[in-house]
Amino acid sequence: MLATKPRIAFYWCSSCGGCDETVVDLAEGLLDVIAAVEIVFWPVALDFKRKDVEAMPDGSITATFLNGAVRTTEQEEMARLLRSKSELLVAFGSCSHLGGIPGLANLFDRESILRTVYLESPSTVNPESVLPVTSHHDDGHTVVLPGFHNTVRTLDQIVDVDYYVPGCPPPPRILRTALQTLLGGDLPAKGTVFAPDCALCDECPRKDTKPETLSIAEFKRTQDLIIDEQTCLLAQGLVCMGPATRSGCEAACIRGNMPCTGCCGPTSRVRDQGAKILSCLASLVESKEDAEIDRVLNTIPDPVGTFYRYGLPGSFLRRKRSNEVQASM
Amino acid sequence: MPETRTPTNGSNAGGARVGVYVCHCGTNIAGTVDVRAVSEYAAELPGVVVSRDYKYMCSDPGQALIQQDVREHSLNRIVVASCSPLLHEPTFRRTIDRAGLNPFLLQMVNIREHVSWVHLDKQAATAKANDLVRAAVRRVSLHKPLQKRRVPINTNVLVVGGGIAGIHAALTLAEAGKRVYLVEREPTIGGHMAMFDKTFPTLDCAACILTPKMTAVGSHPGITLWTYSEVVKVAGYVGNYRVKVKRKPRYIHEDLCLGCQECVTACVYKEGKTPDEFNLGLSKRKPVYLPFPQAVPQKVVIDPETCIEFKSKKCKKTCVEACGDRQAIDFTQKETLEDIEVGTIILATGFKTFDPVRNPYYGYGRYPNVYTSLEVERLINAAGPTAGELVLRDGKRPKAVGIIHCVGSRDANTNRWCSKVCCMYSLKLAHLVKERTGAEVYNFYIDMRTPGKGYEEFYDRLLDEGVHFVRGRVAEVTDWAAHPSEKGRLVIRAEDTLAAFVRRIPVDMVVLSVGMEPQPDAQAVRRMFNISCSSEGWFLERHPKLAPVSTFTEGVFISGACQGPKDIPDTVAQAGAAAAEAMALIDAQFVELEPYTAFISEDACSGCRSCIPLCPYQAISFAEEKKKATINEVLCKGCGTCVAGCPSGSIQQNFFEDEEIFEEIEGVLAYA
Amino acid sequence: MRNRQLSRAPLLQAAFEPRIVAFFCNWCTYLAADLAGTSRMKYAPNVRVIRLMCSGRVDPQFVLDAFAQGADGVLIGGCHPGDCHYQEGNYKTLRRYHLLKCVLRQMGIEEERFRLEWISAAEGDRVRSVINDMVEKVRALGPLQLDAETEDIREEVAVC
Repeated sequence: MLATKPRIAFYWCSSCGGCDETVVDLAEGLLDVIAAVEIVFWPVALDFKRKDVEAMPDGSITATFLNGAVRTTEQEEMARLLRSKSELLVAFGSCSHLGGIPGLANLFDRESILRTVYLESPSTVNPESVLPVTSHHDDGHTVVLPGFHNTVRTLDQIVDVDYYVPGCPPPPRILRTALQTLLGGDLPAKGTVFAPDCALCDECPRKDTKPETLSIAEFKRTQDLIIDEQTCLLAQGLVCMGPATRSGCEAACIRGNMPCTGCCGPTSRVRDQGAKILSCLASLVESKEDAEIDRVLNTIPDPVGTFYRYGLPGSFLRRKRSNEVQASM
Repeated sequence: MPETRTPTNGSNAGGARVGVYVCHCGTNIAGTVDVRAVSEYAAELPGVVVSRDYKYMCSDPGQALIQQDVREHSLNRIVVASCSPLLHEPTFRRTIDRAGLNPFLLQMVNIREHVSWVHLDKQAATAKANDLVRAAVRRVSLHKPLQKRRVPINTNVLVVGGGIAGIHAALTLAEAGKRVYLVEREPTIGGHMAMFDKTFPTLDCAACILTPKMTAVGSHPGITLWTYSEVVKVAGYVGNYRVKVKRKPRYIHEDLCLGCQECVTACVYKEGKTPDEFNLGLSKRKPVYLPFPQAVPQKVVIDPETCIEFKSKKCKKTCVEACGDRQAIDFTQKETLEDIEVGTIILATGFKTFDPVRNPYYGYGRYPNVYTSLEVERLINAAGPTAGELVLRDGKRPKAVGIIHCVGSRDANTNRWCSKVCCMYSLKLAHLVKERTGAEVYNFYIDMRTPGKGYEEFYDRLLDEGVHFVRGRVAEVTDWAAHPSEKGRLVIRAEDTLAAFVRRIPVDMVVLSVGMEPQPDAQAVRRMFNISCSSEGWFLERHPKLAPVSTFTEGVFISGACQGPKDIPDTVAQAGAAAAEAMALIDAQFVELEPYTAFISEDACSGCRSCIPLCPYQAISFAEEKKKATINEVLCKGCGTCVAGCPSGSIQQNFFEDEEIFEEIEGVLAYA
Repeated sequence: MRNRQLSRAPLLQAAFEPRIVAFFCNWCTYLAADLAGTSRMKYAPNVRVIRLMCSGRVDPQFVLDAFAQGADGVLIGGCHPGDCHYQEGNYKTLRRYHLLKCVLRQMGIEEERFRLEWISAAEGDRVRSVINDMVEKVRALGPLQLDAETEDIREEVAVC
């Protein structure tokens, strides 16, 4: 491994492609990156195959930026493969960091997902009720598909992860910091999340408008009101995840007049982001009576989808309990 | 650069060298928990250097064992598995402190109250003890050295309630040079004791021994006496309580009234028309009155409910005329609020007597000649409504009197507890009734309970005096005559369980020996002072044996019958104990507070302000210049509510840090 | 992420014994549990008590961690409304409890597995009855075994 330039790989698992877009969003900065490193694998942009990676010696990739959650057997295999080929493995973006939006599928089990997608959705035409199979023999040929796990996992639930770049997608500024740090050679402690370890309110332009004694009588959804562009969104009754979410995005959503939905995950001091924002918001409910507390809290129609939008697989509970496990006992 | 979290996975974090000590507590623990097995189990846990079991860990040799190990094995964390931390945590903290370890590097495991005393299955109990010890070993590895906070103590004391308990406590403290505020709800101090005639077993007159003390309270320069007043608000903490006292208007300037009672004589009412509270309605008083002749303070009070001036504004105000130049009467007086600061508080709020209307089969309220014991106290009191003559409502002397014990005591339908004083005061009343009237006296009792110095001897004396004793619970009191000799009299029906037949005993007067109950507002009072009540409603002491006058709120003490039924000697002893406890705090000149306060890591705080409304003590504020929250450690009481509510995990609580609790959770659940 | 290799073995061997983690406040419920002890009341040995100064210290993370680590039930004990040693901590607990219940319901965890009880220092008998009742209800539900569901990716049948 006498390569003069660091060898970098990018890969995507269960994701939308937005994280790769972040790399492109480095804009002219991308040219500096390309000049400084050798990109050895990047399926979305360069024509390398899995066998090319398999051919590389173990540990020969300086750093792999892997985005997307792990849902299929193929993603799992690629995660293990890239782990063994890389010196450093970086979970890149919310999905590989915490599970991300695809992680919300953990509220369902595999069978109900396949049933919905292949059989029951109104736009599906599947008169023979064909479901995908992992291998299919026809006319002497075998076609294989990756298996579909019951549970969506974060990258670090599959393999050892060295660093995390949070965000959905990661803000280019955070990626730039991460690249500079990693290429600078002065490596931070393992497990470091490349974003300020302070919640979003710290850099929120509306910070000064948050009242000291917030008391909540109703939670509103963005379509319920005309959102004031200056005032703290929590003060307007919206569920803003900012207090429980890492900063580093420069409050992009709030500048767009939308509440924070929590994509950068919790601070290092918190193990379960959803539980923390839940604790914070519930504490501020006005009432002391059970019925009234329930009425206020019921104005959050989907607590798990709200508090764990990006973090369900990485949370304590990880997935909805499946009925099979219950029934088998 | 961000920090990272490294789960310990039960491995030994940070080079902890743990000593584990499992106590047998004689057979209290060892009888149900295999303490040897627990100690052997602990020895194998990561980080544990020494693990021992010992007969009594809290004994001197037990403590010495720990201290010796700390030195010999360079232990830096200690786990003691014994009784509740609320009992011996201070003991073992001192133990390791003397061995040179910070006292907070200790974790206690409660394997007595929470394990051996509540489980029968030895295997399950031992498994539970193992789980708890494992969690403690993991938790203690994360403990940090902490320092108790010292705050100065205000030397003033508030005593609430002016019965014999409050009087004795106030005088004891004032004699020791402390400033005492004595707050009493009624217009005079004295409480129940002032209503009694004589006291058992010595038969000395209650007034003779009480009134000198009452007068001493009234005149003591160290005591600020506020009668007709109530505490309405309590804030602050041990050593530094802020108390608001409501002073009800008595329409008399206390500083101008001389207690001459000329106004009472001059009142337009020639006779009293209102039932006299002090005499339990057995006599009448006027709208302006002195509660009783020896009342302290000797200041009259005007009852606006019955005073014509308040009703019609058209009274001739002969009282004002009589008062003359003294100008003590003021119909415009308003309620006032006083704010005081004290370091310690003694609650001596007393009891109420059981209302026998709740036992309708004894006929109280229906038959005029059924009395409560307290009413009889007034009737035979020389200063009472009949000047000490024991007469029936029609003025005749009773020829036979029945005294029914345990009314509202030892009764599943009303109160289960024994009121402790009724046997003795029934004997006293039996003696006095016989002495004054020569009547036949019958005592109906369940058991005679006379433990106490000279009490059993008093009972013996009564047996010799010819008082009759019938062992059995009275079924009913009736005026239905089964025989001509019963006509016009009250008949007590009771099974005589010694003779094994049902008796009917006709009498002229029935005395119901009513039991003691918590004050009706005990719940409101204990909430105000932030203490607990037993399920019956008595104020709860910190420990029934070892801290009988302390409460779970530091600096608040209890004495007398508000804590449970007791007689005068016990009450006075408790009042003295409470005064001594208060003085022990005061004379230390400072109080040490647990260091369980919350703290904000300033770099981490995003300034979201979510914590600020969570603090009931306004200890958290927003520092505008830094745009971060800050905690005033002096105001923080260490509940940890803000810690649980901080959305970014930027607030922690000493001794209850998130990581410490996670370690404990994972520790109890980890399989061996 | 955490070491759980051994976690299922004991459950499969013996009859199911629920494991319940309890968070008791120092001033009411912990004292009540002490009182149950000094009164020698007997109750099921399935509960492991963690002492906190106030029920308001119970971070919802603690509850979820307990479930994730293999608890079959979680019990929070605090002072009765109006009786909190810290004035209002228990009301914060009450509100968090309600919202956490919604989350647990969505996550398929039965209501009986998570309980909030107000138990005053004088109510030793209530400690006994609440614990016995909860242990029986959780026993009837069977093990939660949340950790088993996601424990080993190899155990998931990866084909359709």
